[in-house]
Amino acid sequence: MTEELFNKMAQSVLDGDTDAAIVLAQQAIASGIDPLEAITNGFVKGVNQVGENFSCGQAFLPELVMAGEAMKAAVSTLEPEMQKRGLERKMLGKVVLATVEGDIHEIGKSLVGTMLSASGFQVFDLGVDVPAEKIIAKILEVDADLVGLSALLTTTMVKQKEVIDELDKRGLRKKVKVMVGGAPVTRDWVQKIEADGYSEDAIGAVGLAKQLVGAA
Amino acid sequence: MSKSIKSISNPKLRLEILTPQEIRKIHSATLWIIEKVGVRFPSKRALEIWAAHGAEVDNDKMIVRAKADLIEEAIKHCPPTYPLAARDPQQDLPLDGNHVFVGTDGCGVEVIDIKSGERRTSCLQDVRDISRIADATEEVAFHWVPVSAQDMPPATRGLHEIKAIWENSTKHVQTESIYNEREARAAIEMASLITDGIEKLRERPVLSLMQCSAPPLGHDGGSLDAALVAAEYGLPTGFMTMAANLTTGPATLAGNLAVGNAEVIAGTALIQLAYPGAPVFYAAAQTASDLRSGAYTGGGPEDFLYGAATNVLSDFYNIPLSMGSFATGAKEPNWQAGIENSLSTFMASIVMSDMLLGVGFLHGSRIWSFAEMMMDCEIFSIIRKTLQGIVVDDETLALDTIAAVGPGGNFLSQKHTLKHMRELFLPEFMDRRPFNEWEERKDDARDWALAKARRRLETHHPDPLDESVSNEMAKIIASLEK
Repeated sequence: MTEELFNKMAQSVLDGDTDAAIVLAQQAIASGIDPLEAITNGFVKGVNQVGENFSCGQAFLPELVMAGEAMKAAVSTLEPEMQKRGLERKMLGKVVLATVEGDIHEIGKSLVGTMLSASGFQVFDLGVDVPAEKIIAKILEVDADLVGLSALLTTTMVKQKEVIDELDKRGLRKKVKVMVGGAPVTRDWVQKIEADGYSEDAIGAVGLAKQLVGAA
Repeated sequence: MSKSIKSISNPKLRLEILTPQEIRKIHSATLWIIEKVGVRFPSKRALEIWAAHGAEVDNDKMIVRAKADLIEEAIKHCPPTYPLAARDPQQDLPLDGNHVFVGTDGCGVEVIDIKSGERRTSCLQDVRDISRIADATEEVAFHWVPVSAQDMPPATRGLHEIKAIWENSTKHVQTESIYNEREARAAIEMASLITDGIEKLRERPVLSLMQCSAPPLGHDGGSLDAALVAAEYGLPTGFMTMAANLTTGPATLAGNLAVGNAEVIAGTALIQLAYPGAPVFYAAAQTASDLRSGAYTGGGPEDFLYGAATNVLSDFYNIPLSMGSFATGAKEPNWQAGIENSLSTFMASIVMSDMLLGVGFLHGSRIWSFAEMMMDCEIFSIIRKTLQGIVVDDETLALDTIAAVGPGGNFLSQKHTLKHMRELFLPEFMDRRPFNEWEERKDDARDWALAKARRRLETHHPDPLDESVSNEMAKIIASLEK
């Protein structure tokens, strides 16, 4: 019975069916199933399967994104029950994400957020046009392991350095790893501003994040 | 060096990519999107203009919903034709629907160094070098800012870039790298130094401003303000959509065209509401995001179709088009670059897109290659020749000559041959040598194209910009750096 429910959970993620994932999460709570087990033996299995399908070229980016969203919806449905039971999901790390000040380009950054959260990171997405001090404040507030800074323009890309300098000034640079992204970001730029890494796409960003927190 | 500019005109080949009914359907869909879904205009000034004309404005979300007749009436004010003026009037470009002009592409972040061959971060000197070579290249009719002058301060970078182009070329400058009001005003002041006054700039716009939309269905606030300033002074301005299947647009081509069209048409209508009759152009570089990575692709059959379909749309609205072609996703000048740049440019040219952007890039407009620039120019020349088609008349049928040679002879020594042989295309970069000659050197198009660019950079001396004008421009820039 429970096994069947777990399979359905995995399938809902595989189908990218957010509505079904929420209903299944509610069923799990109603039947007294441990929410962590529902995640690990149910929903995560679906995420892993989509990941495998993607790796062998049978699934594509929209399927990854939809699976990620279904997974996220399921987890937030289970969240109150986890709190009630005093349970906490073990995450790979905490990531603060933002598109830097003066830049309104959102899609790449949000895509990275979805991929990271589906891969087991706790993501705090601050949106676009975010000043350095706001990013730093969030890093301190949530005790982040990683920060991801996006920029699409060469004129706003300089703000990535501003955040790094600020982290440096506050002695946080060793503790918080910095990943940067956006079309104008190159290896030279990453070296120049002494970021910890960059990726040209969202899939690569997950690999990089795992590597930076030592989970690869 | 020749001052002439090579363009495509009077093509004989034709293509019907969309039927009139299909165009109407995309137009209706566009109006529905603008009225029901809305378009984001994050500029105080833009929202005020929309509100003053009776559009429904959500000031919190900065979303505008406008009725079909407001949009359609506004668009009617767009001038159908106008020239892009050049520092040298001989090089003015008539945007009249019967010319296809090519520009340098922009705005890249890295350059393959012309001397060392190393890939490195772009700087102001690259803008100078590329402009100088483009000035000497007749396939290049106008400039975009080719690469970002990353050694200049971000707040005035766009101004350093256009100054560098004017100092190295007499051709028209269209910048895609000025996207705030402050820089736009300074750029116009700089341009007015060339035309000897701001009123003459209106007649002779030596500068035009291209702005990117923020898809899906949005604009950038600074870009809107800059475009409004351009329109105020009669400088041609246009909004470019880069709507991409899967990410910033639907997975289907028609839907993606409608989303991009809504962005451009809503932006264009805003300009016409503010400054009726201001010269505007439609700009587009739609594409499909990669299915695996979501990344910008810079080529592929979808791009080729968009290249042809968009001019049909801009013709429907009767405004000139600046269309993204070339700009391969290939990492080096290779098979992929040849296919993507040839087909995208062919499709955009056969429908007579007015401006094509443009030559010189690898890796989806990120890495400048001087060799690619020269090879792209040859691609354009090949397409230009192809579009001339086959002329059939008594002279070209050459019956007298055929009779004179008779069965078994040859045509090499005929007067008719001498008269017409130069109409045949003579490539610069295609390898038609005997095999053994190739085997001795094993060089190819890339080597010859690079050598040509190097030669031009060494030997070409553009007509200098008046030193006092140059100094005044420097002062304007310096005043913004204080």
